Amino acid sequence: MSGDDHRISIWFFVGALLGVYGALILGAGIWDLFYPSGLPQAMGHLHVAIWWGALLLVFGLFYCVRFWPGGQSRR
Amino acid sequence: MITAFCLLPSPSRVLSMSPVDLLIVVIYFALVLGIGLYLKRFTGTGEDFFMAGREMTAWIAGLSFISANLGSLETMGYAAATYQYGILVGHAYWIAAIPAILFLALVMLPFYYICKTHSVPGYLKLRYGEQARSLSAVSFAVMTILMSGINMYSMAVIMKVILGWDIHFSIWVSSLTVAIYVMAGGLRSAIFNEVLQFFLIWLGSLIVPVVGLIEAGGWEGMVRRIAENFPGQDFTHMWRTTGAFTDNPMGIHWTGIVFGWGLAISFGYWCTDFLIIQRVMAARDLRSAQLGTVIGAFFKMMVPLIVILPGLLGRAVLPFQLVSEPEALATGAHSYNEVLPLMLARYCGPGLLGLGVTALIAGFMSGMAGNVSAFATVWTYDIYRPLIRKTASDAHYVRMGRWCTILGVFVSIATAYLVMHFSSIIVYAQVVFVIFVVPMFGTVLMGMLWKRTTPAAGFWGLLAGMVASFLLFLWVKLDPSAVRFVAFSEHAKDMADNIYRAMWTLIINVLVTVGVTLFTKPKPEKELVNLVYGLTEIPSVKHLPVLKRPAFWAAVVGAGFVLLNIIFW
Repeated sequence: MSGDDHRISIWFFVGALLGVYGALILGAGIWDLFYPSGLPQAMGHLHVAIWWGALLLVFGLFYCVRFWPGGQSRR
Repeated sequence: MITAFCLLPSPSRVLSMSPVDLLIVVIYFALVLGIGLYLKRFTGTGEDFFMAGREMTAWIAGLSFISANLGSLETMGYAAATYQYGILVGHAYWIAAIPAILFLALVMLPFYYICKTHSVPGYLKLRYGEQARSLSAVSFAVMTILMSGINMYSMAVIMKVILGWDIHFSIWVSSLTVAIYVMAGGLRSAIFNEVLQFFLIWLGSLIVPVVGLIEAGGWEGMVRRIAENFPGQDFTHMWRTTGAFTDNPMGIHWTGIVFGWGLAISFGYWCTDFLIIQRVMAARDLRSAQLGTVIGAFFKMMVPLIVILPGLLGRAVLPFQLVSEPEALATGAHSYNEVLPLMLARYCGPGLLGLGVTALIAGFMSGMAGNVSAFATVWTYDIYRPLIRKTASDAHYVRMGRWCTILGVFVSIATAYLVMHFSSIIVYAQVVFVIFVVPMFGTVLMGMLWKRTTPAAGFWGLLAGMVASFLLFLWVKLDPSAVRFVAFSEHAKDMADNIYRAMWTLIINVLVTVGVTLFTKPKPEKELVNLVYGLTEIPSVKHLPVLKRPAFWAAVVGAGFVLLNIIFW
């Protein structure tokens, strides 16, 4: 099946998954910022979920746009 | 909302998941199944199902190559071993991997690729004949299923320990998911999901070293804390303590690390284990296959960041000491094996914890899918077609591939339940690996580099290596003091014994192959074209810019490997 131009690129799937995960983790991090659970967590003051979630979201969106089905870049 | 908790030792489960964490895990399962079902429509021929159409780019082949190797059993196991033995364990990722992967890329891959075989046993058929192929195919199929079952069982146990999930639930859900997506899309589906799993494994695991180093005060701070917490012990040097068997907790000398681990075991695994090689053989051309392998080598070299570093950070920052498994069972304390989930729980709140757990699950599933897809190919092309049904349509073999994917999963499940009742099987898994894979490397290498090697020598060398490895194992098992002969020291631990046995296995395999060759008739040269060095035309890359040549990037990775060993000497 080589050369099938209608196939969705693997990089689009990667972008979609990381984008969704980024949004969920960023949302959970922001929620935790305003409503802290109070349970012990080392380095909690860094709010890792916020910047890690934002990083995943940006990374995911970039790949989604770059490899959007029907665009020029494939596989 | 329930969140992670690990700042105090507790005999209960290590992690608790919040709804957002569970949602992240559920989305992962839905997506891998969706990809498998989506790719089914593009999988019509045998070449599609077993070789992913041989159309993968270098990056896809390379990431899949390394992802199939990066199972959670290995990452959690090596993190635990690092906590126990220190950075010495990092040899598994450097000297016991990088030279062999680069050798595969530059020397062996051209022969595998140019002869257009479907598998490593398939190469042995072309080079030596049916006997050598059958021996290697059957032993590979047995080993693959055994490893898959052990992988499955270990995942279920870990999920029970760290999340409190039911063992049967974990085994059935994960294995049926793998069965569905591999059966639907074949190797292409396995490769696509492995690329996805690669990103999850890295992005889910990198949190621990990044935040851990911030907490410890950087590398220097971590080393200082370990020295303060465990005075008089060296956990942070790779070679300095290997001058004598008694100077390091593994009981190994540098000769064992270089010749046993770095040569016999490493080259055996990376250059002849079809599970790994199948991924790069699916590349669209030889240059992509070679570049993909070099990309894999680069990421393999970086794996200590997410495996070794968390183990060391555990020594530096955990407020309690981890103990051996028997002691943990007796006292209720945490064991070495829990260091990675403990570190994950230490830094990850809701959401991030789901990502970390998904990374662990993804690691298990990529290992399982690798075993199942390689088993389907070897069974169909190297056992079923030559020994059971020689002439059938391509569609028939694809159907057989799909059914034996299911069969492979069910046999793996049965093996997992067998392991549940006879846990000592796990101990023997490494022994089985040395018995089957190490001699195969000697046989393949002799066949590729020496055109005089005869078909009889290929078969008898392979068989002699397997038998010798088994007998050496039996000798030490029956008389433990024999370890002083096999591993040169009575202080050698199990891991060192395995490493030296691999070295002997390879030596015996090569000696028998050379000996039999001298007394038997070689194949005519015309039958060795595209199989042997000197009779195979390797496509030239001299017309390409240096930056597009695999040898250039292999040299870059090789230089990085040397530099890292010097830095962490």
